[in-house]
Amino acid sequence: MRETTAHEDLIRGIWKENPVLVQLLGLCPALAVTNTVPNAIAMGLATFFVLTGSSLLVSLLKNWIPSEVRISAYILIIATFVTIADLVLAAVVPLIHKELGAFIALIVVNCMILGRQEAFASKRPVGRALLDAVGTGTGFMIAMLMMGTFREVLGSGSVMGYSLFGENFEPWIVMILPPGGFLTLGFILLAFGWWKERHSEAIRVRQWPHGVASGEEVA
Amino acid sequence: MKDLPTVQAGDGDGSPASAPIQVAPGKLMATLGIAGALAGLVIVLVFEWADPQIQAHRAAALRAAVNDVLSDPASYRSVYVTESGLSDAPPAGADTVNAEKVFLGFDAGGAPVGYAITGAEPGYQDFIHLIFGYDPATRRLFGMKVLESKETPGLGDKIYKDMDFVTGFEGVETPIVGMKQGAATGAANEVDMITGATISSRTVIEIINHRVEALGSDLGEHAATAPRAPASPDPALVDEAVEGGVEGP
Amino acid sequence: MNGRGPGRGPDGSMDIDSLAEIRLRIAASPHLRSPHSTPRIMWNVVGSLVPILAVGIYYFGPSALLVVAAATLGSVLTEVLFGPKGSTKDGSALITGLLLGLILPPGFPIWMAFVGGVFGVGFGKLIFGGLGQNVFNPALLGRAFLQAAFPAAITTWPLQPDNWWALRGDSFALPLMSPSAPDVVTGATPLGLMKFEGLTTDTMDLMMGSTAGSIGETAGLLILVCGGYLALRNYLDWRIPLSIFLTVFVFSGGLYLIGPDRFPSPLFMLFSGGLMLGAMYMATDMVTSPVTPAGSWIFGVGIGLLVVLIRVWGGLPEGVMYAILFMNAFVPFINRITQPRVFGQPRRKPRGAEA
Repeated sequence: MRETTAHEDLIRGIWKENPVLVQLLGLCPALAVTNTVPNAIAMGLATFFVLTGSSLLVSLLKNWIPSEVRISAYILIIATFVTIADLVLAAVVPLIHKELGAFIALIVVNCMILGRQEAFASKRPVGRALLDAVGTGTGFMIAMLMMGTFREVLGSGSVMGYSLFGENFEPWIVMILPPGGFLTLGFILLAFGWWKERHSEAIRVRQWPHGVASGEEVA
Repeated sequence: MKDLPTVQAGDGDGSPASAPIQVAPGKLMATLGIAGALAGLVIVLVFEWADPQIQAHRAAALRAAVNDVLSDPASYRSVYVTESGLSDAPPAGADTVNAEKVFLGFDAGGAPVGYAITGAEPGYQDFIHLIFGYDPATRRLFGMKVLESKETPGLGDKIYKDMDFVTGFEGVETPIVGMKQGAATGAANEVDMITGATISSRTVIEIINHRVEALGSDLGEHAATAPRAPASPDPALVDEAVEGGVEGP
Repeated sequence: MNGRGPGRGPDGSMDIDSLAEIRLRIAASPHLRSPHSTPRIMWNVVGSLVPILAVGIYYFGPSALLVVAAATLGSVLTEVLFGPKGSTKDGSALITGLLLGLILPPGFPIWMAFVGGVFGVGFGKLIFGGLGQNVFNPALLGRAFLQAAFPAAITTWPLQPDNWWALRGDSFALPLMSPSAPDVVTGATPLGLMKFEGLTTDTMDLMMGSTAGSIGETAGLLILVCGGYLALRNYLDWRIPLSIFLTVFVFSGGLYLIGPDRFPSPLFMLFSGGLMLGAMYMATDMVTSPVTPAGSWIFGVGIGLLVVLIRVWGGLPEGVMYAILFMNAFVPFINRITQPRVFGQPRRKPRGAEA
């Protein structure tokens, strides 16, 4: 396994390996509860909390967890944090908790979280595991915020409940419905792919200024 | 029980390359047991902190709904729906939270005002849950409030966003008849339906009619017993989560 | 990669700039010359839509023209901006825009019609790789999006006012803003009346087009004539509309026999709503309909069944759009199971043979 620097561990999940926009993990909440910015933030924060808490504990306890039952142990840890998040949200922001509904409990099965435990936190020191969780959680937040903003602006004409276009705005109903989640994600991925392609083309042209048709001819 | 096949199967592809280390099953169970106990303890602690607030939110939601449809009664309490009519005490052995019940409101002098009744039926998208205030003596409604619905935003959601429709239920006589916009004749049991949301608005009317039909005579009998207001606000009644009430039949 | 072909520099290296100028036309064999080119067919379709549009304007006034123009502008502009170079010339974006306009209500705000055109061509066609690659009919996809996004505006049907010049709705609502309530009286479509009031509409009115509805869908007879012209010239597969009409007629006729008071008459089913326009112009879209004759029959029967099912038992009054889109999704599968037998081959393929 290639050694990574602490900086890499933190940055990686935010952009280059963004869980939603690049790895396409954790799509269930990203599609389901990003119809408004507050919902997206609440879900992002809850997931961030669960991911960071679980990574910290898993990394701390990695030497005590027998490998035979490690998945069960990870799930136990994750489920504990999810239950805490669920109760806290219900107590503090009951309206948002009602909107998010079952999707808070479903953080347990968010493959992004279990994936980080199995692939990273269980094999790295506590500090690195925390950095990775913070990076990945932030990346998830960013993706949720992008989708939430896009959908709330078109679907309700507002951001965080503040109206942008005045009374007369005609909401794009589809954007606050589930199909709008798919459309938004597809649109963001399209823009991402398009940007990446242009970016990599620009790099290639810079590297081989004479213009090379295929890799074999360079080698 | 040496090789623990289920655990191995669950290991997936990420299992260590070395041959499975034989760990005593007892140790595995003990590890998970201790972890589970710790997790349970943490959850109980958080629950102890969160539960009163969650219950308070639920009670506030129920109170707000009852206040809305009975025009702010001074107090209210649960009345249980049983096979043999309405009963002030929960039926023996029944779960007080999930038992079917209606809410009886009282004015400041302790006289009964009317009943808040919940109901639910499938609308255009999903179940519409609503609560309405009803006076068995006059067979009229005090008001109606949609508690939960997934009706189409922009069309069906007018059943709670269109105030003309909502206030149309105040004082209306049962059984209610839904009228097309502009077709009302002025009769006491007419409600204007919403153009473009015929199914949603018809469902609202039908829920109320069906519930009144099912409970009407029982309500009349219960009202005839001159029920008394609770001496003091009973928190236990308030705690009977709104969820138990709105699930309905 | 030896030998000096075009696009190579004197030293044999590839020159990316000159390479880009070589345009190779790739087409599947056999390479027979035919007078029917894509643009020729497309322009014929456009021509056959003109009378339908004209009747729509006759009934619904200038706002009908505005809606169609806005939808067309949205489609063509998207094709010009994001489509392959020169692809606008084949006329397909124009047809998408025209058809989309024709299946919108006359009083629809033009900014919404424009958005529908952009979505139909952008997400219905270009995102799949342009003409020939799309799975769903772009015009219908545009309308499906509009229906999901603006359900209230797309179900507002103005009746004919006294003054022909009067706009049928708030056509010029500012972009992103709600249209204000139309000045003219709004009514329900014949299908809406049937579904929610149990009222039937005179078949003659449905045939001639003097009912409420989308711009181009009301004049049933005219659509039959215009579509028939295309079928005669072999620009559309007559099996698809015929099988749709037959299925709808037989299915709804059967229902009508069972309960004439509960179910609408088969003629009403045929001439109401968008069935004529959808069957003639959208189900027959060459890209999104099956290529085999047997497949066309399956496709048409499927659409017919779904239309009656949705209209009679569904929550919506009209089901043509969803029926066609739904069957569009099955087209690759229908093509696959209806491949003709190769001449001389046994009827059943031996086990394990390559499909």
